[in-house]
Amino acid sequence: MTTDLISGGTASPRVYKDYSRPLWQRVLLTREGAVYAALILVIIGATLSVRNFGSPITMTYLLLDVTPILLIALPMTLVIVTGEIDLSVASVVGLSSVVLGTLHQAGLPIPAAALVAIVVGAVAGAFNGFLITVVGLPSLAVTIGTLALYRGLAVGLLGTTAVTDFTEFWTDLAKSKVGGTGVPTVMILFVVLLVAFAIVLHFTPFGRGIFAIGLSSEAARFSGVHVERTKFILFVLTGTISALAGIYYTLRFGSARGDNATGLELSVIAAVLLGGVSIFGGRGALHGVVAGVLLIGVLGSALRLANVTSDVINIITGVLLVASVVSTSVLNWARAKRTKPGESRKPK
Amino acid sequence: MSTLTAETTGSRVTGALGSFLKARETGILLALVLIVVVTTAKNPNFLFSNDGFRDLLLTPSILLLVAVGQAIVIITRNVDLSVGSTLGLTAYLTGRLFIDVPGIPIIVVFLAGLVFGGLLGLVNGALVAFARVPALVITLGTLYAYRGINVLWTGSDRINASDMPKPFLALGTQSILFIPVLTIIAVVVLVAAGWYMRNQRGGRELYAIGSDPDAANLYGLNVTRRVLVAFVVCGALAGLAGVLYAARYGTVNSQAGSGFELEAVGAAVIGGVAIFGGSGTVWGAAIGAYLLFTINRALPILGVPDFWQRAVVGVLIIGAIVLDRLLAVRQSRKLVEARDPE
Amino acid sequence: MLFHKKTGRVGAFAALAVTVALVATGCAAAEGGGGDGSGGDSGNLAITFLPKNLGNAYFDTSDKGGEKAIKEFDGTYAEVGPAEASPDAQVSYINTLTQQGVGGIAISANDPKAICDALNEARDAGVKVVTFDSDTNPECRDIFINQATSEGIAKVQVDLIAEQIGDEGEIAILSATANATNQNAWIELMKTDLEANHPNITLVDTVYGDDDDQTSFDKTAALLQTHPDLKGIVSPTTVGIAAAARYLQTSEFKGKVALTGLGTPNQMRDYVEDGTVTAFALWNPADLGYLAAYAAKALIEGDITGAEGDKFTAGDLGDYEVGEDGTVLLGDPYTFDADNIGEFDF
Repeated sequence: MTTDLISGGTASPRVYKDYSRPLWQRVLLTREGAVYAALILVIIGATLSVRNFGSPITMTYLLLDVTPILLIALPMTLVIVTGEIDLSVASVVGLSSVVLGTLHQAGLPIPAAALVAIVVGAVAGAFNGFLITVVGLPSLAVTIGTLALYRGLAVGLLGTTAVTDFTEFWTDLAKSKVGGTGVPTVMILFVVLLVAFAIVLHFTPFGRGIFAIGLSSEAARFSGVHVERTKFILFVLTGTISALAGIYYTLRFGSARGDNATGLELSVIAAVLLGGVSIFGGRGALHGVVAGVLLIGVLGSALRLANVTSDVINIITGVLLVASVVSTSVLNWARAKRTKPGESRKPK
Repeated sequence: MSTLTAETTGSRVTGALGSFLKARETGILLALVLIVVVTTAKNPNFLFSNDGFRDLLLTPSILLLVAVGQAIVIITRNVDLSVGSTLGLTAYLTGRLFIDVPGIPIIVVFLAGLVFGGLLGLVNGALVAFARVPALVITLGTLYAYRGINVLWTGSDRINASDMPKPFLALGTQSILFIPVLTIIAVVVLVAAGWYMRNQRGGRELYAIGSDPDAANLYGLNVTRRVLVAFVVCGALAGLAGVLYAARYGTVNSQAGSGFELEAVGAAVIGGVAIFGGSGTVWGAAIGAYLLFTINRALPILGVPDFWQRAVVGVLIIGAIVLDRLLAVRQSRKLVEARDPE
Repeated sequence: MLFHKKTGRVGAFAALAVTVALVATGCAAAEGGGGDGSGGDSGNLAITFLPKNLGNAYFDTSDKGGEKAIKEFDGTYAEVGPAEASPDAQVSYINTLTQQGVGGIAISANDPKAICDALNEARDAGVKVVTFDSDTNPECRDIFINQATSEGIAKVQVDLIAEQIGDEGEIAILSATANATNQNAWIELMKTDLEANHPNITLVDTVYGDDDDQTSFDKTAALLQTHPDLKGIVSPTTVGIAAAARYLQTSEFKGKVALTGLGTPNQMRDYVEDGTVTAFALWNPADLGYLAAYAAKALIEGDITGAEGDKFTAGDLGDYEVGEDGTVLLGDPYTFDADNIGEFDF
């Protein structure tokens, strides 16, 4: 990279910084930068214009509401970066919720029931992974099928009844806050997971492998990346974390129902794509995804407080999702038009 | 080349019969017949009462329309997740037209539904064809957006059966020669779509685009236009389904049609339309739609609480795609053997 | 690559900055405004109605009744609700109302326990909670406005169906959602009444229409198909009975299978006039909402606390006294049939 192979290596070594834009451009003019900017603008705008937005309970409720999406967005980011998709996450949330509810109703204490629910989630993810990596089916089709299957199991197990009798201690814990700050305790769990995922994705060979698979799974395979094993692990992770989110959801709302979290997968995917992850794979960063989730959450919370019907939020989410993906496509097209074939960027 | 010409002088009839028997569509048709037979044996009312027969034919016809449209889109290697929201929006539009424009002819309402649905599909198609973004993402976004618009427009209102003219509602339950009117409409559309996909150039091009988009491009097919048309047709059919929904159920609230997209994709996949595009027929999707609904009705009679219906659908979808994969692997192995005989 | 790592780190720093900013805003605002318009203010007559779901004729009427009352005493009326009748959907709305610092919430609960925590958080913030139509556990709310005694509601429906099918045969129940407090209470009492007083009537099935029109419609069709000897259907929910009546009207079972339950006159008028339905029961939902609003006002202004024996005045409806468990009774159920259905408009 620092020698010019074409000129035979005799030219003076070009320093990398000659090719690049200044640091501030590299940070702020990225997709992630755009999401951050939008997030900050929305927070400021909401605090100024919506009554009661600036109070601490707003942040508490916001974070409590958005935690399942935050949790599931972590492994979903990895899955989408490899170029796959997992539409069954919301159904796993529902399934784990039902498992937790039925076991608790049968007398099992919550920690034990939660453990079983997590295992169920892992198995669900493993089934997805098996069909996709071993049988070789496309992830879109498989996860549409398992979306129906897992949701069907959840509804089948419990009917349309809801189990609502949970031990106070655990439902309180799900909603408790750290000290007096108003930050929910469950955010600690999220931050730990976020750090773990970020380290894996951005700082380990496994994570590099994920990006490689997304860019070209054939090339990745020839580079020594275990493509099938990586994908399998990712789907198991997704199932496990979805189950975890399901346990939190159940305890937070105090209600285990087969229908819980229907449609959640759309919110997760919308947030992930908004956060700068490319649907084609190979590109993305976790901090952008977190910002994307927060952006949708803040918008929703502000609009709800302003008594705007929550379905305007749906319209906005849908439009944002489409706009973010289309804009990337348009930008790529513009860049391709600007660079004529054969020409490379000259150093300044 | 020897193995390929094994079917020598066997008449075309046997050949056609053979391929009919082996066809995926026949398989699920048989499954459908089997379920109906078993359930009727348990409870003759399932098929033989007037209401039972009518319901069996009538209610799935709405899903049939949506499934046919979905199949067309899936064949081009795309997917349209917004059909449920399109259906809901059009159903509400139908009601509103009757309320706000008294005396409007029913045929105009049908046309309005078609056009409106087509427009909604055009938005999807334009974004997919021109912006080259995966249809999954676009239609995910429009699913949200259209449903949100629906709820916003509806407010906390609801269209009641009493708001719509009696002749229109009668369409929802009347039969001609024992076949419900709505079913006749759906079957006419199905036949037209099936004929177009199989016999018309446009239809065959859709298959080509789904099989290999790059090859289709290189070959000179107008991929953009075909994909656009596919989405418009899908939207228009969902719109028509919305009008039928209003006729059948009479009451339309903001949640009408939610979940239909999944059933439509499921019906298409079960009916043999490969999710990767390029194969399958609208006939299969239609039979798939009937199969899904009949299972729903048959389960309680067979003693299974109908809560398990969604799980059954999931198993069927997974089974269908696994089967597709196995067949594809076997097919490619056969072709390789034919190409390189040992 | 160098490039990636650097933006990775810088990005992480930016993320930290935003989080800090968020927390800081939250904490700062806590110092600053103590929350203007917070609940607990005895002059805050902002009352919001939170029905089981929107798009339901019954709740449209009850909430309008509440609106009329609120206008009478110069309060502020609002109506919010989920599109689907599920417990967790109501929790989000309750949370929003707590944040907004309303004076009172009038809610018809989708589940007796699931929304308790959210309601108690609201009450801790000074919001008064009145349940109407469908109750929660008594410790989560201040007052419950019951339309009539549950026994009375159950009995009138059982009496009607027994009369319509000649006191013998198979019947089924088409209920609302599986968790609804009120319907479940009535169904239990109906079963007891049937066992004790109507030995020749068998209850073969209870299905749930989820208070959704299409679902109730399809479930009615399925019921009739699955139980060919069915003689009667009881639907203790206005959405269910309207959908079932609409199905029956165009089916071969019209006139052969009796249908009764709780319905609104406007929705049921067509079916009574053409004989699909003979008689059904209800009360006036507008009065229910009206009374709930006045009860909320009395709580907000401190006139009553919800204890047994408290008395308050509810505008045109007169004086009411709080009974056991913080319950206020509106009156008795009323039977509608072909003779009197023309007199009502709701």
